[in-house]
Amino acid sequence: MELKRTIKYESDRVKGFGREVMSVPGCEQLEHCIQCGTCSGLCPLSIFMDYTPRQVMELTRSDFKTEVLRSTTIWLCASCYACTVECPKQIRITDIMYELKQRAIHEGFYPKRFPIPVLAQEFYKMSHKRGRVTENFLATIMFLKTDILAALGMWRLGLNLLRRGRFPLKLEGIKRKSELERMMAVVDKLSIDALNNGHQTGGNGGRQHGAH
Amino acid sequence: MKYSYFPGCSLKGTGRAYEESLLPVLKVLGVELEELDDWNCCGATAYMAVDEVKACVMASRNLAIAEKAGHKELLAPCSACYLVLNKTKHYLHESPVVEAVVQKALRQANLTYSGNTPVRHPLDLLVNNVGIEEIKKHVKHPLKGLKIAPYYGCQIVRPYATFDDQYNPTTMDRLLEAIGCTMVTYPLKTRCCGGSLTGTLPEPGLLCSYILLKEAITRGADVIATVCPLCQFNLDCYRDKMKGKWGHETIPDPRNKDARVPVGPHLDIPVVFFTQLIGLAFGLSEKELGLQRGFAPMRKPACAQRQSAAA
Repeated sequence: MELKRTIKYESDRVKGFGREVMSVPGCEQLEHCIQCGTCSGLCPLSIFMDYTPRQVMELTRSDFKTEVLRSTTIWLCASCYACTVECPKQIRITDIMYELKQRAIHEGFYPKRFPIPVLAQEFYKMSHKRGRVTENFLATIMFLKTDILAALGMWRLGLNLLRRGRFPLKLEGIKRKSELERMMAVVDKLSIDALNNGHQTGGNGGRQHGAH
Repeated sequence: MKYSYFPGCSLKGTGRAYEESLLPVLKVLGVELEELDDWNCCGATAYMAVDEVKACVMASRNLAIAEKAGHKELLAPCSACYLVLNKTKHYLHESPVVEAVVQKALRQANLTYSGNTPVRHPLDLLVNNVGIEEIKKHVKHPLKGLKIAPYYGCQIVRPYATFDDQYNPTTMDRLLEAIGCTMVTYPLKTRCCGGSLTGTLPEPGLLCSYILLKEAITRGADVIATVCPLCQFNLDCYRDKMKGKWGHETIPDPRNKDARVPVGPHLDIPVVFFTQLIGLAFGLSEKELGLQRGFAPMRKPACAQRQSAAA
């Protein structure tokens, strides 16, 4: 039996992480969290999470970066915004979850075959490359990259969709793909600039966030 | 009035029936649509998890194309598209820095964003522009006696309550009552269906959807009406898996209040788009409305009797 320390040490903190998250537009209110637990109580998925949303809020604010970015919580958030609209301190909890997801992806903090971040990244790639997403192709790619056995278990669903004309056989795409590419290149260039600036000022430019 | 129309990816794929039913219904009502030229994916919930600024750029391309098209408003039937487009507008309004990046990117495509094109949802348009009274005039076959669980899902009422109440939305209730349906009390009308989790982590995802189906059945609904292609997919397409997991659970017997019956056979409750019901009431054919695409097909008005006979 493997025993793990369940109490956090001061030394587990990555100083400045909370500040960094709270400086992102839309995440500022986290500073005012009163730990009431309304978010955890409302969340339809909290029963499956390793840390409840309330805990993730405090862990983030208190710089426990590794715990937060490794948690299943951020990936289980299905973006229903129930917590966000009820938070008595107007903390945009869903948006903070998005911010944490982005950081977990950029810094490689998730298990390799964990399907949710894989789906997010494949979605990102497909929408870039094609301009549109064809859901059944996307799901197939995700299964091939995460769990081929699960893909086999989906054959019946695929067949049922096909029979009802809900399983397109060709990929959708936009006409002016190069236009979209040029637009994204602008953001990429800015991110690189922001990164460089971050390094010069010794700040935490470890990831893109457009322009701040 | 003519509207720009942003179908989004789902309405061209798994959620085709939504587009197939929305277009003829609006046509009957004299609402003209023009599909947005070369629209791209809104980014949905997945894209934002990878790069929020790029997500804004993706979404704003559509907003800018809509402005260029010159129609006053943009119609976005899919809940995720509706939210993402509105969220982008909020975000650009709040953050001048992000807006500057977006404008710079848009210039690459000779586009510009002014924020002057409101994004509207078909429920909003039908209730507040077309009007319930006008809709009633077109009803040829009222769906009398059909009991509906109105399921709105998350993203059209949260985080922004734009045209309906956040806690107890009623626009769909009113529309469907106008075409003769009866609404059952459905307290879960805005509870999460699990979103894309049903495909990625079935254990928690399917539970969310199953809870919604079970509640509708327990409340005596014949049909669940949805407004979102992903909600419709989740409630409609995973029934086999749900039956395997929870089919043995019991619910009160609809015929005998003192007894309980397994929920399994009842899980085949039709899950349709609200526009399909309106289309039926307008006298459009099942095929025209894409009703054959549902996993638990619903037959024309006789459905009410058929359901109670089967129960």
